[in-house]
Amino acid sequence: MMNRRSLLKYATACAGVVAFMPQFVLASLSRDGFDAKNISNGMQGVFGTDAHTESNKVVLSAPTIAENGAVVPVTIKTSLPDVTAIAVFVDKNPTPLAASFTISAGMKPEVSTRIKMRSTSNISAVVQSGGKLYSVTKEVKVTLGGCGG
Amino acid sequence: MAMRAIARKKGEWVDVRVLAKHPMESGLRRGKDGKNIPAHFIETIYASLDGKEVFRGFLGPAVSKDPLVRFYIKGNKGDKLQITWKDNEGKSDSITTVIK
Repeated sequence: MMNRRSLLKYATACAGVVAFMPQFVLASLSRDGFDAKNISNGMQGVFGTDAHTESNKVVLSAPTIAENGAVVPVTIKTSLPDVTAIAVFVDKNPTPLAASFTISAGMKPEVSTRIKMRSTSNISAVVQSGGKLYSVTKEVKVTLGGCGG
Repeated sequence: MAMRAIARKKGEWVDVRVLAKHPMESGLRRGKDGKNIPAHFIETIYASLDGKEVFRGFLGPAVSKDPLVRFYIKGNKGDKLQITWKDNEGKSDSITTVIK
């Protein structure tokens, strides 16, 4: 049983280690960001920051016009190196973060999925490369909104 | 609950496509009786190769019903890939597919 002094020392050391853990490790462990009502807070939830640079090295494939907002196929890929995470946001959805993916060392930095869009909106793809965030935004027109009800 | 997956080695990468059967309800819709349909959606989907995690995705209710996810990993033909999802109600489903 530790005495109080060594327990405090141990706890401080642990806190110190956690504080130095790279952001991307923390980001990959949580579901933060899904309740955020705007993209900035969503990014802060996923990545710990909303600081990002637009980059033409992040490629977002999505239809220009989506007939059915309930099923909008999106593909995000990038030629940027050391990719650790990819996230997709739909600006006009009530909670913009649609999905986030951790990209491990043995993975191609490319993911595809299908998302719901409530109305015509910008979609943003954010890639974490070398610890920094890079993004691309594209408008997708929706003829029939996808959240139902 | 059901899930299908195909994993095909193409050159350097294994192309993995997963289709999970799930209502992906946002909790924002009302049913015909006027009552709110509770949120019910896959929260996490992950894949492991020989017990080692190689992919993890966090999904929200804005992912379409019957989620389709496609990703690319390193692997060899004959390797077994286990794919699992967990939803917000604590339910989960898992399948194993062999890389072709």
